[in-house]
Amino acid sequence: MSQVAPGHPLSEGPARARRAMRMGVHWTDRVAHGLLILAGLALALFLLAPMAVILAKSVEDRAGEFVGLANFAQYFATPALLRSIWNSVWVSSLVTVLTLPLAFTFAYALTRSGIRWKTLLRNVALVPILAPSLLAAISFIFWFGNQGVLKPLMGEGQIYGAPGIVGSMVFATFPHALMILVTALSLTDARLYEAADSLGTSAARKFFTITVPGAKYGLISAAMVVFTYAISDFGIPKVIGGNFNMLATDIFKLVIGQQDFAKGAVVAIILLVPVAVTYGVDAYVQKRQSALLSARSVPYVPRRSRGFDWAMAVFCWTLALLMLAVLGMAIYASFVKLWPYNFSFSLDHYRLGLIDAGIFGAYLNSLHLAAWCATLGAAFIFATAYLLEKTRGLDAWRPFVRLMAVLPMGVPGMVLGLGYIFFFVPEGNPLHFIYGTMAILVLITVVHYYSSSHLTAVTALKQIDNEFEAVSASLRVPFWRTFFRVTVPVCLPAMLDISRYLFVNAMTTVSAVVFLYSPRTMLASVAIVNLDEAGDIGPAAAMASLIVVTSALVCGLYYFAQAWLDKRTQAWRH
Amino acid sequence: MNRSFVTTAAATLALAALATGAWAQKTELLVYTALETDQLKAYTESFQKTNPNIDLRFVRDSTGVITAKVLAEKANPQADVILGVSATSVAIFEAEGMLAPYSPVGFAALNPMYSDSKRPPYWVGQDVYAAVVCYNTVEGAKKGIPKPESWADLTKPVYKGQVTMPNPASSGTGFLDVSGWLQSMGEAGGWKYMDQLDANIAQYTHSGSKPCRQAGAGEFVVGISFDFRGNDVKQKGAPVELVFPKEGLGWDIEASAIMKNTKKMDAAKKLMDWVATKEANEAYSKNFAIVSHPAVKPALAHIPADLEKRLVKNDFAWAAKNRDAILAEWQKRYAAKTEK
Repeated sequence: MSQVAPGHPLSEGPARARRAMRMGVHWTDRVAHGLLILAGLALALFLLAPMAVILAKSVEDRAGEFVGLANFAQYFATPALLRSIWNSVWVSSLVTVLTLPLAFTFAYALTRSGIRWKTLLRNVALVPILAPSLLAAISFIFWFGNQGVLKPLMGEGQIYGAPGIVGSMVFATFPHALMILVTALSLTDARLYEAADSLGTSAARKFFTITVPGAKYGLISAAMVVFTYAISDFGIPKVIGGNFNMLATDIFKLVIGQQDFAKGAVVAIILLVPVAVTYGVDAYVQKRQSALLSARSVPYVPRRSRGFDWAMAVFCWTLALLMLAVLGMAIYASFVKLWPYNFSFSLDHYRLGLIDAGIFGAYLNSLHLAAWCATLGAAFIFATAYLLEKTRGLDAWRPFVRLMAVLPMGVPGMVLGLGYIFFFVPEGNPLHFIYGTMAILVLITVVHYYSSSHLTAVTALKQIDNEFEAVSASLRVPFWRTFFRVTVPVCLPAMLDISRYLFVNAMTTVSAVVFLYSPRTMLASVAIVNLDEAGDIGPAAAMASLIVVTSALVCGLYYFAQAWLDKRTQAWRH
Repeated sequence: MNRSFVTTAAATLALAALATGAWAQKTELLVYTALETDQLKAYTESFQKTNPNIDLRFVRDSTGVITAKVLAEKANPQADVILGVSATSVAIFEAEGMLAPYSPVGFAALNPMYSDSKRPPYWVGQDVYAAVVCYNTVEGAKKGIPKPESWADLTKPVYKGQVTMPNPASSGTGFLDVSGWLQSMGEAGGWKYMDQLDANIAQYTHSGSKPCRQAGAGEFVVGISFDFRGNDVKQKGAPVELVFPKEGLGWDIEASAIMKNTKKMDAAKKLMDWVATKEANEAYSKNFAIVSHPAVKPALAHIPADLEKRLVKNDFAWAAKNRDAILAEWQKRYAAKTEK
């Protein structure tokens, strides 16, 4: 020791240096802990608290007195409301049964056939995601309504009610199922098929013993997602439901139409039941899923087969054209002067119906909302996921934050929105000031779409070796430097994905925000609901078209940003 | 300072700034209204010509929704002014003690029939709106469905599944229909009529405009709506004829009032002053055939000049007192109706 010159770090002795290092780690760790606690508290505040208040409200009367289960008793004594439960369940089940085989076949064609233009087909099939669900319903009215182009196909029947709801919902849920099933079918081990071939197994047998079991979890997951979407969606039954009531429209009528919040809370809780069941089933199934791919797996390369490829191509293009027909009809109708009597081209619905009527501001508000969600929201979600996955300590708190991050998937937007009213409207709440502002819309939208974004972030983070953090820690580099120097650049593609997802959903969501907008913060999607309520279906179609076009353009921008970034920062992947 | 602190702080600040929003130098009135979106702009412009320093923020919805909202907020009222909400509903707010009486400048010149009878009045009427049936001539001819002349006609089997009307719980137009039938046919007769009509109804809509717009688009042949929307749909070129059923038309008044709890009483009074001006009445007269100011004579292309004579006798006190009971009975009878 004495040989070391004074002033050299080592002169203070290795023991001290080690202690200093440990203290340094502790200090930065504490920052991480503090941030993680804050993030968890924020999620609790904006998710758990509003949900808890719904439970409390459901056992109070209109004056706020505790009445036990009287609201529930009253609810179950009202046949009209009871019927909605049945309507919701059977419609959602039917939507699931119809969507699943269609999406499965489509996904099968994309992954297991030799058809051309797969990327194009896939993108077309994902188009419904860019539109508010209301658009599908509006289009179905123009196609199959009493003055619809294809009304003769309806015979004596009416599109209003269950048929229109089911059709629109199949359109709206299709891409969600498709994405899950494509992933499920991509994960396959070609060796299984090779073995089957060498044993002379028939195609049908291969399908049922290899393909379906392999995609089993994807199928279950897709079924759950479709069912949950269908039972929670509000826009579609509102626009095309006629007198056909569902739980989501009942909540709206009770809360907005009659301002009967207690009864609304009861329906919200009833709506939570089927969603919670599907959510539980999905969670259970996902846990049981074991790795399909091992290091020795061989990727499946579809073989060309004329007949099969032809059949698949016909199927896919038919569906893709149907999707474009639904989308295109809303856009076309928004330019028709007076459906069905004057089909001349006109901008009236945009000029008179939106701008002169003073509703165009709603579109700008939606852009604001989407921009906030895509930036602040995405940053918060990603940072929280990072703190959860890559920092150490605080082991008791982590599972709670993790639960908060995946819970929003099981909460329908209207239920969350109702919870926000209950929680933020009372003036006693110190956060009351955010009620009626854009901030509350940003918050609820981010929370509503939290889970998918979180899972995307976690998947990306898991691809990065934890060694980076370990090495940084041993080099006394604070975690945030690692975060900004390593994690963020590596995960940029995933961050862009999250950002885009939040942007598009903020543009299209209705259910989460329909209770919370104020005259200042009216949104485009809500404006569609109001226009349709007044029978102003032309401007409603115009507003829906604006949303789709915006979402599509923004997705295009993200695509180019992604490509550019790939070139600049993702060279290590190649 | 480390960077993630800075980011977090910036994010928090941004959120806070977002939350507080713009701070207005102008006075801003929160106005609850059931006026149609396409009327609000013209009215606001007319008001701001003389009151450029008062901004109007509208919470707009159907009459039933606004009524429910005002009543639900009774403990902590949000609105400063009620503008253009049915007199039946405004009379309920008055009975609940939520309104401040005020006699606008120029009130004396208005037709007293269309405002509150107390002095000073708790509410001031702007105009009268009345039931109108929109009948689509093209679809009628195609389907062999004749033009109805009376309320009774609409119960004929030929109209089955071809008639839409607004839900009285959400729509002021729906309520004036129901209230008008109950008053002109007697309670038992009115409910019996609605039972028969219900058999022909394709949809009960949320708003009073939708039935006429649907009829205009040929979606259904007949829409029970109100005069402003009927005139508007026909004006825009839809092949509809407006029917004024010969038994008489249900009607209501679009009324305005000041909420007692407003912290902006001066601005609220300014808005009420505008409501009573001749200029405002001229703005109403572009939409309605009967307005409060006797010197303003509206001339609407498709509404007969003698509309006033076709109205049924309407007892607002009775309607206000029985509104809840009527709606409950209506819900019980027809809301449970499922899809056809």
